[in-house]
Amino acid sequence: MEINKAELASAASAAATSQELRGAEILVKALQAENVQFVWGYPGGAVLHIYDAFYKQETIQHVLVRHEQAAVHAADGYARATGEVGVALVTSGPGLTNAVTGIATAYMDSIPMVIISGQVPTAAIGLDAFQECDTVGITRPIVKHNFLVKDAKDMAEVMKKAFHIARTGRPGPVVVDVPKDVSFNKTLYTGYPDKVEMRSYNPVRKGHGGQIRKAMQLLMSAKRPYIYTGGGVLLSNASPELRALVDMLNFPVTNTLMGLGAFPANDRRFLGMLGMHGTLEANNAMQNCDVLLAVGARFDDRVIGNPKHFAQNERKIIHIDIDPSSISKRVKVDVPIVGDVKDVLIELMGMIREFGLKPDSQALAQWWETVEGWRSRDCMKYDSNNSLVIKPQKVIETLWEMTKDADAYVTSDVGQHQMWAAQYYKFNEPRRWINSGGLGTMGVGIPYAMGIKLAKPDSEVYCVTGEGSVQMCIQELSTCLQYNTPIKVVALNNGYLGMVRQWQEIDYSGRYSHSYMDALPNFVKLAEAYGHVGILVEKPEDVEPALREARRLKDRTVFLDIRTDPTENVFPMVKAGKGITEMLMGSEDL
Amino acid sequence: MKHIIAVLIENEAGALSRVVGLFSARGYNIESLTVAPTEDPSLSRMTIQTAGSDDVIEQITKHLNRLIEVVKVVDLTEGAYTERELMLVKVRAVGKEREEMKRMADIFRGRVIDVTDKSYTIELTGDQSKNDAFLEAIDRSAILETVRTGACGIGRGERILRV
Repeated sequence: MEINKAELASAASAAATSQELRGAEILVKALQAENVQFVWGYPGGAVLHIYDAFYKQETIQHVLVRHEQAAVHAADGYARATGEVGVALVTSGPGLTNAVTGIATAYMDSIPMVIISGQVPTAAIGLDAFQECDTVGITRPIVKHNFLVKDAKDMAEVMKKAFHIARTGRPGPVVVDVPKDVSFNKTLYTGYPDKVEMRSYNPVRKGHGGQIRKAMQLLMSAKRPYIYTGGGVLLSNASPELRALVDMLNFPVTNTLMGLGAFPANDRRFLGMLGMHGTLEANNAMQNCDVLLAVGARFDDRVIGNPKHFAQNERKIIHIDIDPSSISKRVKVDVPIVGDVKDVLIELMGMIREFGLKPDSQALAQWWETVEGWRSRDCMKYDSNNSLVIKPQKVIETLWEMTKDADAYVTSDVGQHQMWAAQYYKFNEPRRWINSGGLGTMGVGIPYAMGIKLAKPDSEVYCVTGEGSVQMCIQELSTCLQYNTPIKVVALNNGYLGMVRQWQEIDYSGRYSHSYMDALPNFVKLAEAYGHVGILVEKPEDVEPALREARRLKDRTVFLDIRTDPTENVFPMVKAGKGITEMLMGSEDL
Repeated sequence: MKHIIAVLIENEAGALSRVVGLFSARGYNIESLTVAPTEDPSLSRMTIQTAGSDDVIEQITKHLNRLIEVVKVVDLTEGAYTERELMLVKVRAVGKEREEMKRMADIFRGRVIDVTDKSYTIELTGDQSKNDAFLEAIDRSAILETVRTGACGIGRGERILRV
């Protein structure tokens, strides 16, 4: 009897999984099988069948944004904060072209995403149909991979591959283009494939043992060692391993803009961010170390400045990265290790323990003395007691003081405010600092915050922005109201496109060409028009109470229009094309 | 320096454009490119002739490998290899030139594959320098039309590129 029951059950489940379904229904089933919780999107003609399939299901929440760019940014922000694959859904033609900025943003920072786009019916492709564009062609250079689904029977397999490609290896966005007839046509659905086999795609995880041993020997022989880590540590969830390694070795550490939070900012061994607006100690250590351990970082131009200047000092470089093409791209390295950062760090630590090796403590003590000398210069010092004008750095410091023990996320847009947030907010945990580092996309701040708040309703989510950036996706304040995602917008309003103004001051003799924004909207009224709370802050002593009030209004989106010093610049600064130790420390260096 | 890179790639729509797009997006050179399906129709084999410093070639092979549809990449110039290119040249062949042209084709082991009373079409196979040499050897003004496939390369002896 028992056997009969089991047989019956399996026959019933086979019947349930083998059924005639529309392509759109299979697509939704695929998303469910991938445990997708949220989809950000915008409907249109080519995706109507897909939207109809969404209407008939209950497990996935769809968020209707106000612009497709924001759909992709919101899903991207969600992916950055949670580590899950972010999913966006847009229609053909302009829906897709609007999404392009979002896709490129995710691509540059290696964020796992699946973007589903509608396409005109297969019979109309190539005939310049209404709302047709060559989606696969347009997105090709800004995706990890893309697919055009030509037949409903391929839908399940393509979706499986899309998610697999997006989240494995070096992550990245994958576009799945679905013609309208493919989402409409019925086909026999036999269930979602549980594994995927691709002979052409097998990313490595484990590093080469011999290379890791070489790395260990170099690290142990170092007199002036330095650990430089990037976004790869966060993507690989290797923050605990990085901390354990530093505890083991006691080497100084720096994080890139994309890597902040991987190592706690309040730890003495952290020298701050490095690069164009990095600290003196972080940049000097980069230039003067004799062994550099680069982990999930890619020697970006904003990080090492002029590569010729960087190469003037001799140092041995160990580079751990999952993407071989990131290794020896801008800087030649001595010990390349291709593999997943987490796996490689675990193996490296295991080997150090096994061999019972210790770093040269005397040399290390001396090196630390040099580093502390640089640190004592206190390069982040600014006019923090100014009672006449609001210093933007002070706003960030106040925000940090207020939320340091809270469960808080900080997103930013792009420009001066982004750098101040990166410099003065002390990120101690991974995936808490969400910004567009690679592409540098203005307008990501609000959609990022909105995406995170939906997934983390109990967390506080702050969007540090400027009056320029915030207007690039400000329409999403409307989405925030509809889906009850109360975020706090901290707008450092200095009336200028600040970073542009700063470069014009320094490099163009103060010819402020089109960096002043006249006719700014009344942000307080604008916030109110969207159904939120707006607060104008004009005096230094009002900053803290305003932030406090914004926090108190837990269930409301609050827009803080903070009028900051229009002349303030981001320091330290390394001008484009200069070496990373050729730093401007303040206005006295201009 | 000249490099010949052999690529095995899934025989799928759009795969070729990913390769070509990679070269143009990153500013690499394509001197020639040939592609056709292999004995396994699910795979295409490409031969790309390119030029660049060792660093650039290293990046090219890494980026080719990064493309999802690329199955294998080999820089043939790293070892022993042979290359062939097919060239068709239509030349003017009138009067005493006609005999001369036939003789030159014979010397280069070419074959005349189409004839009119005013022209020959000559087929030549060889490495590119041989085909270049033929064009140098004949009277330039006699050349009416030239078409070349670009290099097609394979490793020597036991060097085998397959899945």
